[in-house]
Amino acid sequence: MSFRIISALVLRYLFLYTRTPMRLVELVFWPLVDLVVWGNVTVFIQKNSDAQFGGFILFFLGAMILWDILFRAQQGVAISFLEDVWTRNLLNVFVAPVRTAEYLSATFAVGFLRILVTVVVMSLVSWIGYSFNIFQLQWWLLPFFLNLMVFGWALGMISTALILRWGQAAESLAWAVPFFIQPVVCVFYRVEDMPAWAQPIAWCFPATPIFEGMREVMVTGVMSWNHLWLAGGLNVIYLALAGWLFAWVLNLTRKRGLLTKFATQ
Amino acid sequence: MAAADTREVILEARELTREFDGVKALDRFSFKLHRGEVLGLLGANGAGKTTAMNCLLGLTLPTSGELEAFGKPLHAHRIEILRRANFSSAYTALPGNLLVWQNLLVFARIYGVPNPKQKIAELLDLLEIPHLDKRVTGQLSAGESTRVNLVKAFLNDPELLMLDEPTASLDPDIADKVRKVVRKVQRERSIGILYTSHNMRDIEEVCDRVIFLHKGKIVCEGTPAQIMARSSSNSLEDVFIKIARDGEIVDEPEKEKAS
Repeated sequence: MSFRIISALVLRYLFLYTRTPMRLVELVFWPLVDLVVWGNVTVFIQKNSDAQFGGFILFFLGAMILWDILFRAQQGVAISFLEDVWTRNLLNVFVAPVRTAEYLSATFAVGFLRILVTVVVMSLVSWIGYSFNIFQLQWWLLPFFLNLMVFGWALGMISTALILRWGQAAESLAWAVPFFIQPVVCVFYRVEDMPAWAQPIAWCFPATPIFEGMREVMVTGVMSWNHLWLAGGLNVIYLALAGWLFAWVLNLTRKRGLLTKFATQ
Repeated sequence: MAAADTREVILEARELTREFDGVKALDRFSFKLHRGEVLGLLGANGAGKTTAMNCLLGLTLPTSGELEAFGKPLHAHRIEILRRANFSSAYTALPGNLLVWQNLLVFARIYGVPNPKQKIAELLDLLEIPHLDKRVTGQLSAGESTRVNLVKAFLNDPELLMLDEPTASLDPDIADKVRKVVRKVQRERSIGILYTSHNMRDIEEVCDRVIFLHKGKIVCEGTPAQIMARSSSNSLEDVFIKIARDGEIVDEPEKEKAS
């Protein structure tokens, strides 16, 4: 892997974001809309419930900020790929000496930058507007951040592989894939609140122990290490499987001659 | 009989076959491209040129056959080979919302070009478009866009260059300038070029040797002059039409005998 090539690809996205400020607005606008809606709902419920429940309701804001880490990481990978498709630049990249791993690493880095922008803005607004301080998660925030980002990358690779396989008609998957799993990773509720049959499914995703851990930390100040080990272990598996899937689909599109059709349509 | 070309073979296809749903888009296609040679790949729409080009770029895997560049198997040494090669097509674009210099800088870094800003300036001068460097790529005319794509293709001083219809949609004046620049750079740097075009003027002016494809098979090969002589035609355009319609070129005297 060459850092020079990865940084060149990242530079391209930085040029793109600085040339088209509307893309930066997109990074901030929708998360802020979500935050204001959920923040106001939180304030409303806090005012109309007892103190204990009012404390629990802050989970929503924490969950929303953490969910955005996962979502923005996934978008970083999938949307970066689609940018190349939309600008008919994909062939230029695929006939340049760029390894698949370098291409993906650049999209991971873009995902990381997208997260930074979104999370910093959301954290500030939730602190100033709703007295929710994300740093109450203490140093646990770091493993939460890392695990959700890595899972987002894996979902981004899966989304991209599906788009590669099914063509531009499937590009809505770039936005849809994270929401397929949102109901089962218990972002806004506990695993034990799910139907019994769905609970084992929930534990198959690395995001579930992170969201469970977040609630645990907000209540008790500590988190079960088992949750962290589970998230980390599952992430290794997901990242490896997603990487394999992406490479397999890319090879399949080459075998079937679909890559050039896809890149020039 | 023509003397064998002793120059280094930089690209070679052996019995390359590519099938799509049982239909052979390329059928046992074999050729050699030598260092410093411009080889034209011609044929009507659907003849197999694009499939051949895509196989040579590693974008499509052949069903069977072997491909080598610089003496190494293409698929096993793809990255190493792509570092020494480049590509430009009328059907691809550089990201339209970036400025020209931004696009070129990104590719210069990908290819590891030393002193990229100077190299970009030199090539923009060579293509007579230094004034475009701060323009938005998506707002360029077809002619300007083609020349910017060529700057990208020359960035890494490629030893092997694949040009897919580089003068498509260009007016005769710009097409002429593009041909002259390609020929100039190719001669100065002894680049091997694989060139596809539907513009026979391009082929006659730029190519040392030509391969005509029909239904995925080579039907005719030689210098433009040899091919025209063989088919008793005055132009490659006539040869092109004969092949597109008949699938082969038949020497005129033989045709008369047959009728």
